[in-house]
This record gives sequence, C-alpha cells and structure tokens, in this order.
Amino acid sequence: MRNIWIICRRELSSYFSSPIAWLLLTMYSVIFGWIFWNFLAEFIKQGMEMEMMGQAQPMNINEQVIRPLLGTSSFLGLFMIPLISMRLFAEEKRNGTIELLATSPVRDIEIILGKWFAATLLYCWIVLFASISFVFLFRFGNPDWKPMLVTFLGVFLQGAALLAIGTFISTLTKNQIIAGALTFGACLLLWVFSWVSSYDSSTWAQVFSYMSVITHFDTFDRGVLSSKDAIYYLSVIFLGLFFTARSMESLRWRS
Amino acid sequence: MITVTDLTKKYARTTAVDHISFSVNKGDIVGFLGPNGAGKTTTMRMLTCFFPPTGGKATVAGFDVFEQSMEVRRRIGYLPEAPPLYLEMETIEYLRFVGRLKGLSGAELEKRVAFVLDRCAIADVKMKLLGKLSKGYRQRVGLAQAIIHNPDVLILDEPTAGLDPKQINETRDLIKSLAGDHTIILSTHILPEVEQTCEQVLIINKGKLVATDSVHNLQARARGAESMLIEVGARSGQFAAPLVQARLEKIPGVSHAALKEEFPSSARFEVEASKGQLVRGDLARAVVESGWDLNELRPSAMSLEEIFLQLTGSEAAASPEPAQPADAPAPEANA
Repeated sequence: MRNIWIICRRELSSYFSSPIAWLLLTMYSVIFGWIFWNFLAEFIKQGMEMEMMGQAQPMNINEQVIRPLLGTSSFLGLFMIPLISMRLFAEEKRNGTIELLATSPVRDIEIILGKWFAATLLYCWIVLFASISFVFLFRFGNPDWKPMLVTFLGVFLQGAALLAIGTFISTLTKNQIIAGALTFGACLLLWVFSWVSSYDSSTWAQVFSYMSVITHFDTFDRGVLSSKDAIYYLSVIFLGLFFTARSMESLRWRS
Repeated sequence: MITVTDLTKKYARTTAVDHISFSVNKGDIVGFLGPNGAGKTTTMRMLTCFFPPTGGKATVAGFDVFEQSMEVRRRIGYLPEAPPLYLEMETIEYLRFVGRLKGLSGAELEKRVAFVLDRCAIADVKMKLLGKLSKGYRQRVGLAQAIIHNPDVLILDEPTAGLDPKQINETRDLIKSLAGDHTIILSTHILPEVEQTCEQVLIINKGKLVATDSVHNLQARARGAESMLIEVGARSGQFAAPLVQARLEKIPGVSHAALKEEFPSSARFEVEASKGQLVRGDLARAVVESGWDLNELRPSAMSLEEIFLQLTGSEAAASPEPAQPADAPAPEANA
C-alpha cells in the first residue's frame, strides 16, 4: 500500500511538473466551458420563448443542461485519456528508469496500481475542475444533485476503465506516440461498438453493444445507479490491469 | 557475498550468458571485463533481479535471486548503463523518491539523502532539475541513488562510460572509496580502469567466462618468464645497438635480448630472463661498467590489454597458458 502511494505521488508530480497536466487542464476547461455556455444559453432562450408565448411546459435543468453536458465530458474523455496514459510505461522504457523500478523492492502490481491510480486521479481532477461551472447552476437554479453525482461516478468509472486499457497499451512499446495512437483507437472502437444496436438486435450485435463503454454510460447518464454497469467498468479495469501485469512479466522473461 | 553457479540466459535465438560460475567475497571490488555484447549487462541484470535466469543459480547475501527476489533487491544498489533518472525531477526530490522506494522513511531517509549528497559531491545541484545536469553530475546522481539505502552489494554497469577524463578519475576515486562498506561489481571494457580500481577480474567473452583471477595473478600468469625493458644511452666510448645487445645477452640468466627501438644516442631493449632468475642488478652493473648510461630499467608487465586480447581474441586457442577455468567448455562461435 505504501509503495503504491510512493509511485502514485511521483507520477502525479511528474504530470504536473511537465506541461502535460496543465495543458490538458486548460484545454479541457476551455472546451467544457464553451459547451456549458452553449447549453445554458439555449436553455435560457427556450425558457424565455415559452414565457413569451404563454406556454408553461416544464423545464428541467438536470435533463436539459447537466445530462448532455456530462455526456459530452465522457466523450471529451476519449481524447484526453490517451494523452494521459501513453507515457505511463513507454516513457520509463525509453529513459531506462524502468530498470530502477524493476530492481527496487517493489512488486510489479504495486508499480502498476500506483501508475494507474495516478492517471485516474489526474483525469478525475481535470473533470472536476472544469465542472466548477456547475456552481452557477446551483447558485441561480435549483438542480437535483443526486442524479448529477451518479453521472459523475459514471464519468469517473468510464475514465478509469479506459485508462486501465491505456496503461496496458503503454507497456507494449517504448514509443509514446504509438502507445497514444493505439489507445485512442481502442477508446474510439469501444465507443462505436454501441452503434450496431441501432439497426441490429442479433446476439452478435448485443455482444458488441455490451462491450461498448457508452452503452453502460447511458444508465449513469440518466442518473440511475446500476450495479450491472458498474460491474462492467470494474471488470474492464480488472482486465486492463491484469493484462498490464502479464505484459510486465513477459517484459522480464523476454527482454 | 555473491555466488553464481552455472548461470545461463537464453534469448529467443541466442545464448547471452552461458553457464558462468564465480563468487565474490564481502568487501571486494570485482571488475567485470569483456567486449561489447559479451553478456556483462545480461549477467548484471540477472543479479539485480531485473529478469530471471534461464538456468543456473545465483545468490546474493545468501538469498536466491529468483526465489527470494525481494530480499535480494533490498540488499543491492544498481546503476544501469544509462543512469535511471527522471529528467523532470529535482535531484533531492529524486533521491527522496528512490530512498522511499527502497524502504527508507522519516528521519532515516533525510539522513541518508544528506549523506549521499555529500558523499557523491552533488550537494550543489540538489535543487536543479536532473534534465539540466551535465553527464558527470548525472552519473554521480546515479551512483547516489544506488547507495542511498546502504546496500551490501553495488552493481555498476559501465560507470565511467561517456565521461571526460577528469570525470572518469573522480568517478573512479568515488567507487574506490565506496569499497570498504560495499561489495562492488563493476563492468567495463576499459582496461586501465580494472587495473586501477579492482582487485579481482572476471573476463567474459561471448557469454562465457574465460578467466577469473586477481589482477596481479593474471598479469603474472600471462607474463610467464620475467621480462624487462631497458634503455641504454651513450656516454663515452663506443656506442652501437648490436654491441649493447651482445653485452646484455652475455649476462648469466638472460635468455634473450631484443632491440625494440633505436635512437641516435640510445637504444631500448626487451630483455627476457629465464624463469626464477633475478637479473635486474646484473643488467644495471653490466651497462654502467661498459661505460654506457642506464636511462631506464623496469619490468615490462604485460598490460591487461594484452592479456585481454590474448584471452578473448582468436589467438586464445593457441595461447600456451590455459587461462580457462576447468569447468567451462571450449569456446565456440555460437553467440
């Protein structure tokens, strides 16, 4: 446990001492802020139009602003995750620092957990930081916070799962760009797998649709805490880290 | 401290290390010598538990590198060929990280960090980013991280590679000064380094151990008969190289005198004495009594360089001195 924390702390400090963390934080906040502004402006315009026409249809800030916003943030995560995870092992392999880690009295699984944990913390921190805009919704509106928390949990779980896959891919190569590109491909593929369900409902289509990260995000996005979908994410995390451990082991036997 | 028995490492197609056996006593500095690609780094990586051996056994401080890897790792400090530095970290921050990784904490950690900063003379760069340090400093930070947990065994892979002569000397002195507290194995392909730093040499070629002995014995063994270098200069009277040569050969105990170099008023000879004969005094007297100057007289010990080439080169098979340990099979070109 202590070793995991030592590794995790070093990873985090290295994210923040290289420009990568600040860059991601800035870009994500700007894009997220822009989208927030757009959704909110539309919501307000709709509200005013309805008032002018004298119609009193119920407006729901949770459904019309928060939900699509967090849906977008899970989508933005797809672009951010490869940039976070690509360096985890590839950089160590290129710089030779992997020799320090691999010959220190630390177990492989502690190295892997420490690194993945650092990446996940950074991801959550960036998402939360950008979500500071929500403060305005609570200040001037009255949204329901419970479904919002569930959606946040979904965003985090999805990020953690994709980062576990990214961690695995990062052990495969010395080249960060290759690791990043492969991770991006994997993320995108796991995203578009869900599209099959729109026109097909055969067993295969269901399997592919089940494998897609976005299928499972939908329930969280609706504010429903579903153990079935949480288990999907947890098993992807487990699988990703398991493969990482195997990959590190083979690194030792082969190299 | 270190015992290696029949250690073997096979890669997919090649055998990098082939049944090598040796042992190192506590407090020794051992030079691990061999041409590039001989299997030095592979052996070191097996000793440091970076990867497991394909066959054979190695123990460090009584612990097996495969079965009790964690115990071994606690007792080993390792400096790989490229110092494993995180370039975006500050020196002191990096040393603290490595210290924690090796199990230090609290006051003990701070004490050790201060100690290695001082010991490796890097206190003046402790707040600098590692990426901004010169090569010499990086190497010293690499050494500092290797000794931070006061390990029993230090394994240094080409610690002076790529440094300038001044830095090489500094690093060598530093390594020598560490010898009292640690058992050191260092690899190199630079021969004077071994002569200057190490007490014992292991010569490895194509994955096989070709010689293991103390530096002194190795030189003596390769030399065989005692040979000397003598430079004789003209003073008064007749001076001609053949004349001097004839005079030298007449001395009892001298089996052969060969002219090495001739200058206008001096000449240099390589004189070989029969085994067990001490002829230095006779040589000096003969030269002076003949009215010549004795400019130089010294034993021409075979340099490690020559021994090394003899052992690893193609002449190895023809060498009259079987330097091979008895248990190693004859070298063959399979690497």
